[in-house]
Amino acid sequence: MLRDITLGQYFPGDTVVHRLDPRTKLLLVIIYIVALFSATGWPSYGLVIAVTVFSLAISKIKPKSAFKGLKPLIFIIILTALLNIFYTQGTPVAEGWPITWEGIEKAVMMSLRIILLIMGTFMLTYTTSPIALTDGMELLLNPLKKIKVPVHEMSMMMSMALRFIPTLIEETDKIMSAQKARGADFETGSLLQRAKALLPILVPLFVSSFRRADELAVAMESRCYHGGEGRTRMKQLKLMGRDWIALLLGALFLAAIYVMKHFGL
Amino acid sequence: MSEIRVSGLTHIYSADTPFEKIAIEDVNITVPHGQLVGLIGHTGSGKSTFIQHLNGLLKPSQGTVEIDGSDINASKIATKEARSKVGLVFQYPEYQLFEETVYNDIAFGPKNMKLSDEEIDERVKEAAELVGVSETLFENSPLELSGGQKRRVAIAGVIAMRPGVLILDEPTAGLDPSGCEQILKTIVDYRNRTGSTVIIVSHSMDDVARLADRLIVFNKGHVRFDGTPEEVFSNPEELKEIGLNVPVPTEIAMALKKRGVVIPRAIYTTEQLLSALLELGKEGE
Amino acid sequence: MNIIEIKNLHYTYPGYDSETLKGVSLEIEKGSFVAVLGHNGSGKSTLAKHLNAILLPTEGQVLVNGIDTADEDKLLEIRRTVGMVFQNPDNQIVANVVEEDVAFAPENLGVPSEEIRHRVDNALKQVDMYEFRMHAPHLLSGGQKQRVAIAGVIAMEPQVVVLDEPTAMLDPRGRREVIETVTRLCREKGITVVLITHHMNECVGADRVVVMSNGRVIADGAPEVVFSRVELMREEGLTVPATTELLYELNKKGFSLDLNALTVEKCAEEIAEKLG
Repeated sequence: MLRDITLGQYFPGDTVVHRLDPRTKLLLVIIYIVALFSATGWPSYGLVIAVTVFSLAISKIKPKSAFKGLKPLIFIIILTALLNIFYTQGTPVAEGWPITWEGIEKAVMMSLRIILLIMGTFMLTYTTSPIALTDGMELLLNPLKKIKVPVHEMSMMMSMALRFIPTLIEETDKIMSAQKARGADFETGSLLQRAKALLPILVPLFVSSFRRADELAVAMESRCYHGGEGRTRMKQLKLMGRDWIALLLGALFLAAIYVMKHFGL
Repeated sequence: MSEIRVSGLTHIYSADTPFEKIAIEDVNITVPHGQLVGLIGHTGSGKSTFIQHLNGLLKPSQGTVEIDGSDINASKIATKEARSKVGLVFQYPEYQLFEETVYNDIAFGPKNMKLSDEEIDERVKEAAELVGVSETLFENSPLELSGGQKRRVAIAGVIAMRPGVLILDEPTAGLDPSGCEQILKTIVDYRNRTGSTVIIVSHSMDDVARLADRLIVFNKGHVRFDGTPEEVFSNPEELKEIGLNVPVPTEIAMALKKRGVVIPRAIYTTEQLLSALLELGKEGE
Repeated sequence: MNIIEIKNLHYTYPGYDSETLKGVSLEIEKGSFVAVLGHNGSGKSTLAKHLNAILLPTEGQVLVNGIDTADEDKLLEIRRTVGMVFQNPDNQIVANVVEEDVAFAPENLGVPSEEIRHRVDNALKQVDMYEFRMHAPHLLSGGQKQRVAIAGVIAMEPQVVVLDEPTAMLDPRGRREVIETVTRLCREKGITVVLITHHMNECVGADRVVVMSNGRVIADGAPEVVFSRVELMREEGLTVPATTELLYELNKKGFSLDLNALTVEKCAEEIAEKLG
């Protein structure tokens, strides 16, 4: 069922990771991504994996839900793996085979990189409410306001999008059932036929999204929304001791990866 | 015309996960040809889960659903056949309209049944006529119509499949009193003219009670009452107990009983209460 | 004292020829509970949107606390005074967590953080949703969502709450929850309530019922008085509460019952007395 998709879903909790300032978490994710893409050898991959597992554990995310987040992207992971297996030069696995040992190694590494990338970023959305996330992003990007970047508007748009994901998924489910009841078939036929079969879902979805957007705008205005100017926050963000510690650990992690890289590990 | 036979139907959502939830349990219902059934229960009573089993949108966790004696979950073909035999009109069906013209939208179901163009044309016209959508609207965009008209077009889209059973989930939701009245009248007319089995799903008794031959009341995934409106309303106290809104005339009759004015039969419409009171009045004179 | 004054309000939607509102004049007393009834297309929702300056009159004037809604400089003050709850609960909840949604309006108004916290908790308690403050709105029932929306409006500390068909998409339980909540807000907190609806039963507890048809007010008065005009209501495609209908029909058969008995209990009492 569509409802099972966990992409970008927030799971409320009360762990240290949940309590970290969203800005800290955003910076940590950036550090994590840089580290991940700097890792070249297996030892550094090992360190990244260890850090990932450790963070998953302290944020009390069940391995099951972490892997569930990968589901929608399995296709991309497999595709990457296949491309690497077949297009890497090196020693063939057996005489005349198109697959090389180097290819296999690279395929495993690249898939792992994607999986870790997804898990790392999902950890952010798992443990941070979308509102906190956009608040954090807005504050981090605040300096850009000076050069007229509409930072508040962008973060508002993002939080709205996140708010409506579950609503739209539910609606898609409903529309699908209704069209199925009219004999629509989404499961068989050629690719083109299947793409065409999506029309009866997409059109109503678009129509209703426009209606929603319209009603939402009126509702927001009725609640005195007038842009970011003069806005206050119920929950003010403040960096605490734990945030500094987490950032320090992040910096150490990145440094370690670079040291390892230097020694070719 | 079709007969529905549901035996031992149980449905569990998210089975084997921590979110496991039994939506309906051991439901046994047989609906003969041509009956007009009111299916009542509040949100979460299992009524929506139940109806989605009748055309194979949901698969039973246990039990069987038979239409005209054949199990609709026996094969993919059987399920597909059930979809055209059992028409399901969802809540707010107007939100599923998508074609550029009213005509094409009504034709969507018949087209999926791979019928000939003449047959489709005949069915579209018949369905439109049954729900009171004028042919002059055929070339209009469904999005330009009024709320009530949109809903009619959506219902026509299901009727055009000539289902033996028509199920409508909250067909009057969000309409004003005259809009409600018109839609219900359309449904009753449709039943009378085609002889189809009709199931109206609702969370309120007022509208459905006076139209239906039979009422089935769902509560917490089980069938709590099943009988004629007279039978079901013979114990209104129990209906209130499970949190259902009984029709106001029934409430008045209950309040009268407390004051010593006992009405000797089940009451669920103003007309019934009126004539019962008039009889009592005459006796009193 | 009148909190809202509507003077000869006309409104035509841009691009349309005919007027949706054709001269409406109404005064709404502070602290009262006013129900506005009418069938679809009667203009009742258009009227509602004039009360907090979402729409501005084509002709005539709407005054909120003496301020003309056309005065752009006072826009925020008007919107803070008149809160609005809409029909579709999904399309007015902006945040992913209940309490953050309730905080939205005070945040927009620049209220200090501690004060917002206080208002949010208070508003959630008033609609009986405090224990759900950390929940995700999309997992709540329709009635609960609508109560969150009401809390989101109360957190602005408005003097008037306008509800535009807040129960149209709810089941009977949700309807009851919403109506009980707004009735309590009016009676206990003195908030003026304007309830737009087409369900007669929801008007029974109001101080005053305004019936609209075709862009005009065609009846206005206490519920007992308005509903006793059974013929007029039927002509307008509206029903009257089943209680009034029964009494009216009995009277046609020669009884002389008081049509003012609106509630079930009063109606039964009236019948028991005259019949028994």
